[in-house]
Amino acid sequence: MTSQITTECPADPNEPVIELNGITKTYQMGSVEVRALDGVSTVFQKGDFWAIMGPSGSGKSTMLNVLGCLDRPTTGTYILDGRDVSNMNDDQLSLIRLRRVGFIFQSFNLIPQLTVQRNIELPLYYLDWSVKESRKRARELADMVGLGDRLNHRPTELSGGQRQRVAVARALANDPAVILADEPTGNLDTPTGKQIMALLEDLNTQGKTIVMVTHESHVAAYAGKHLHMLDGKISATEDHS
Amino acid sequence: MRYSKAVRNILLGMDNLRLHKLRSLLTMMGIVFGVGSVIAMLSVGEGASREALDQIKKLGSNIIIITSVKPSDDNANDMRRTRMSIYGLLYHDAKRLRETFDTVIRTVPVKLIRKDARVNVRHLEVRLVGTTPDWFSLVRRPLVAGRVLSEQDMKKRKAVAVLTEHGARKLLAVESSLGKPVRIAGDYFEVVGIIRNENIQSGSLSTPDQDADAYVPINVARERFGDMFVKRTSGSYVRELVELHQIIAEVDASENVEKTADGIAEMLKRSHMHDDYRISVPLALLREVERTKRTFNIVLGSIACISLLVGGIGIMNIMLASVTERTKEIGIRRAIGARQKQIVGQFLIETIVLSTAGGLIGICLGLLIPWLITFFAGMPTVVTAWSIVLSLVISVGVGIVFGIYPAFRAAQMDPIIALRHE
Repeated sequence: MTSQITTECPADPNEPVIELNGITKTYQMGSVEVRALDGVSTVFQKGDFWAIMGPSGSGKSTMLNVLGCLDRPTTGTYILDGRDVSNMNDDQLSLIRLRRVGFIFQSFNLIPQLTVQRNIELPLYYLDWSVKESRKRARELADMVGLGDRLNHRPTELSGGQRQRVAVARALANDPAVILADEPTGNLDTPTGKQIMALLEDLNTQGKTIVMVTHESHVAAYAGKHLHMLDGKISATEDHS
Repeated sequence: MRYSKAVRNILLGMDNLRLHKLRSLLTMMGIVFGVGSVIAMLSVGEGASREALDQIKKLGSNIIIITSVKPSDDNANDMRRTRMSIYGLLYHDAKRLRETFDTVIRTVPVKLIRKDARVNVRHLEVRLVGTTPDWFSLVRRPLVAGRVLSEQDMKKRKAVAVLTEHGARKLLAVESSLGKPVRIAGDYFEVVGIIRNENIQSGSLSTPDQDADAYVPINVARERFGDMFVKRTSGSYVRELVELHQIIAEVDASENVEKTADGIAEMLKRSHMHDDYRISVPLALLREVERTKRTFNIVLGSIACISLLVGGIGIMNIMLASVTERTKEIGIRRAIGARQKQIVGQFLIETIVLSTAGGLIGICLGLLIPWLITFFAGMPTVVTAWSIVLSLVISVGVGIVFGIYPAFRAAQMDPIIALRHE
């Protein structure tokens, strides 16, 4: 098992990582049927940095849940990294998340009782890496996000920005095909937020595919491609790259 | 440094439990006391029955004891006061027993006579036991000094006696008096040996074995003292004629003991007019004691199991609270890619670690309590290996049974909702 942190190869613009085809997602809220996603079709290429934008209730979060294989679409097909995941069962989806998806959340979502080291190792634990290998990998990732000296601290002993760095390191641990970030700067002050965005930008230039949900345009500006959503539909896409 | 997966998971579980030391400790208490009481209760029961069993086993399990009993004939006492009561086993019975049953290897007749024994000025009422040398090989008693009765003594009708330790001490005070005479009811007997007496308390199973016994060859006893027993007390004059007070029959194999005992009962019923004998079978008593013990164990065990059950419910309660408290953590783990069964495994291992640790502490307690009982109350206790194994298995079982529901609750949470949980 190699502990390669980033895929150094330049992105091939013609290789799709995410293909959505007529995705709908409906929820039953009491007697009312809510259509959170209404026929979404789009393709994200390898090495893209997408920002999904839109007002609250536009289906951003549902979109991210479906992209992150936390939720199954009601209809439509979703091909992630060459595999159709739209009809997978819970176990299969868990494995897809484990191997191909890295999550970064607004509220960091680190496990409070585990040290920084253990938090970063978490995906590797479920991937059955050996203790030795995962230690080495966690150390490398912590060094990369600038927290090499904080490995034995607990999340509560870190600042917000540091916590988000740990979360980024954890998202990278399994060398995912796509990194999904849900308002990654939402709980951070502007300077810290900028640092995190710089880190994500850096990862993108190293070839990582990133999909980020945000409603702040200055954060979205870091992303090369924008996808606007409204009422569960894609209202516009922009390419600034 | 390569842990196996299981060891790693157990260590992780322990880490989580260590975060809430007090809570984990309190949760374990139910199991600790449950396991402790299971072991302690079983040890008391085991101790009590072991004592009874030891006594029976000392008699040997392949024997049948037939004892003469005075028939309850109230008229005889009142109306014909001076009449002689004749009852009990006969010399003939012993012989017939041996001849009738193939399974009976040998019979040992026992004749009991109360007499006064005298050495110089010391005197003591002893129980004269007239028997054959076989008695000593059947009812094994450790020899303190000298020898036991021999066939030679029987043949030559020697006036020799084997004394029990207590009696000897009271009469002679020294062991070097072997070979010296003891006067029993006017006759002199040479002391040839001293044996240790065993304390047999169970009334139903008395072999002639008391503080002060003098064993003499049965033919000598019959010659010197006859079969008649005369007792004069104020206002009454009792004459009894009893040939043998006891016959001990040795059976060749334990599976034949009960059959033979039935046969003997049938035979004696035909030849004896009155019901003047009683047959006791140590093996049957052994079985009875074992049956009682089993019942006892079941009753005590189930009481203790109730406390284990309560302990288990306590664990389940805490684990359910813990699952709710750690909803967010479960959501994070699921988002990262943990499968449901891995979440189940995580919580189940925590519960099992908790209950097993409780079980181990409980075993220490269960070893301590019987020791205290023996020390302070003087009751015999025996901690058996199987009770320790059983309670350990039960505590692991409790962990599984009461951990599985909280674990499944944790695993079946929707990761999206769990992630949003604050």
